[in-house]
Amino acid sequence: MLAAFRCVIHRDLLLAARRSSDVLTVLLFFVIVVSLFPLGVGPDPALLRTIAPGVIWVAALLASMLALQRMFASDHADGTLEQMLLGATPLGMTVAAKVFAHWVISGLPLVLISPVLALQFDFPQEFLGVLALSLALGTPVLSLIGAIGAALTLGLRGGGALLSLLVLPLYVPVLIIGAGAAEAAVSGLGGKAQLLLLGALLAFAGAFAPWAAAAALRISSE
Amino acid sequence: MSGNINWFKYSSPQTFFPLAGRLASWFGTLAAIACAAGLYLGFFVAPTDAQQGEAYRIIFIHVPAAWMSMFLYLVMAFWAGLGLAFNTRLSGMMASAIAPTGALFTFLALWTGSLWGKPTWGTWWVWDARLTSELILLFLYFGFMALQAAIDDPRRADKAGAVLALVGVVNIPIIYFSVKWWNTLHQGASVSLTKAPTMAATMLTGMAVMAFGFWFYSIAAALMRARCIMLERERASDWAADYARGSA
Amino acid sequence: MGKKAGTPSLEAVDLHCTRGERKLFGALNFTLRSGELLRIGGANGSGKTSLLRIACGLLEPTRGEVRWAGENIRRLQEEFWRQLVYVGHANAIKDDLTAAENLHVACTLAGVPRQPAQIGEALRRLGLAGCENLPARVLSQGQRRRTALARLALSEAMPLWILDEPFAALDAAAVEHVQDLIAEHLSRGAAVILTTHLEAKITAAALRIDLETS
Repeated sequence: MLAAFRCVIHRDLLLAARRSSDVLTVLLFFVIVVSLFPLGVGPDPALLRTIAPGVIWVAALLASMLALQRMFASDHADGTLEQMLLGATPLGMTVAAKVFAHWVISGLPLVLISPVLALQFDFPQEFLGVLALSLALGTPVLSLIGAIGAALTLGLRGGGALLSLLVLPLYVPVLIIGAGAAEAAVSGLGGKAQLLLLGALLAFAGAFAPWAAAAALRISSE
Repeated sequence: MSGNINWFKYSSPQTFFPLAGRLASWFGTLAAIACAAGLYLGFFVAPTDAQQGEAYRIIFIHVPAAWMSMFLYLVMAFWAGLGLAFNTRLSGMMASAIAPTGALFTFLALWTGSLWGKPTWGTWWVWDARLTSELILLFLYFGFMALQAAIDDPRRADKAGAVLALVGVVNIPIIYFSVKWWNTLHQGASVSLTKAPTMAATMLTGMAVMAFGFWFYSIAAALMRARCIMLERERASDWAADYARGSA
Repeated sequence: MGKKAGTPSLEAVDLHCTRGERKLFGALNFTLRSGELLRIGGANGSGKTSLLRIACGLLEPTRGEVRWAGENIRRLQEEFWRQLVYVGHANAIKDDLTAAENLHVACTLAGVPRQPAQIGEALRRLGLAGCENLPARVLSQGQRRRTALARLALSEAMPLWILDEPFAALDAAAVEHVQDLIAEHLSRGAAVILTTHLEAKITAAALRIDLETS
């Protein structure tokens, strides 16, 4: 069972490495969206400093949405998904492996680059860690919830737009708590409560989302 | 099994169809009576509010609509879960039949909330915790309906909708509490819709009667819609063809 | 239940299948025992693939059930799938992985991880010597099909094979190889279900179900 889990992660990372442009597209999208905000709202440093966590979080949400469509699509198209459905490993485990690999490919780079983007917004340096940590805890939750949406919309026309409609409302708690962490840290309240809540959300989503996504995959591939 | 009433009998569309028709007209009548009574109580009997004047009377629609919007999502998720667990066709039809009514009440709650907000707070929209949660609830209803609309195969549509409804129902409390928390962090003490100063008994009665009216309306509308869905899905079967011929 | 000696039998009981508006087949019954081959025939669109997908549990029949050793496969789930090899229409081959990597992934997902040496041997048996480390992107249609079918050479222990058009896109030599694999497997007492248009020597001796287009 663990062999299959490791194998799926290894395979997805290998595929991403051999087609690295996909990874870069999501990352560049994230950077560009964040960079558009100062152009839209003006370069006032005080304003930028206030909106930085929110902007970075919303951009991370959108970037993660963008990557979601690919989570099961190619496996669905070439028949690998059928083999996963008929695999010896419980499907929830396979989905968990895929979600983890997906996060490493599309979520982790966002976490790593977020401090640089926050500096563009003149975000106080001492709180960069809280911001990055909130993203590190929050983006896996986005991938987990998103997996359910991606599985439900597999092979449907208008998949991308539909996927956003399904998934974005479910992202609300992560956005509120995630962006709240850095804001609370700046305002002197400390973001510990938010980070703990994000950790709780991660544990909750990690336990249940793969199974919901697995059920959705079985429904979608009938 | 022998000697027991077969409860699953009514889960077959063919037997449920005429029953749904009779029930729908009964509940429709009840809904009309209750809404008329509730509106009368609300608009003519209940006293004018000392602070808000006559504008407050919109709560006789707003508050019951908000109740129904949340309640109907639960009912929808309940039917959806039943459909997944027992694989009954009727459950999925009921879930899809409830969704538009739920969305309607959510929209009504938002609309009347906004209309009430203008004279009371001087603005059409405030990011009040309740209004924001209602807005997200509306998105959840839209997502459910959009997903079902995008799937051609009714069986897949039912099951996929059911998974989404169940995921949504797990998320609603999390969404509600996170929005509430966000709201208190950003606004401090906020104006809350339910913090109306001591409500007169007639006000409560009016709202309760309206809530029953909306409830009956929801049942009637959902049953009517379920009948349409049944006919559409079972159009190949004999009983549906007979019905269509009979009514044509 | 427990597993009795020998290969359990696969039983289809009163299967009905409706896709969308179309009724594909109804009241279909069959029993497949140890060492038997079932060939499903019928024109395009008659529901052959749907029947195979029902038989392996990917698709839920509109009515009826499929039983493995007397139990509904939809309840058995992984317990059934651990004993099943399904090679579908789609090859489940990733363009960016090499033939050997693809085969390794397929075996690991099926729960029987294999050593590189065994994988190389299986590929050679299907006439893919020298292609092991080429990305699947450069392989021809027939070579990809062979890569997918090379799994069979590593699945002697799986008591049930379900193959959707295994001979499609294969040349005469490869058809021969695959037929040999199937014949060997049957002689081991396993059961095989396949669809094919080809009147091959092994399929002559098979049980047959011909689906009609309604």
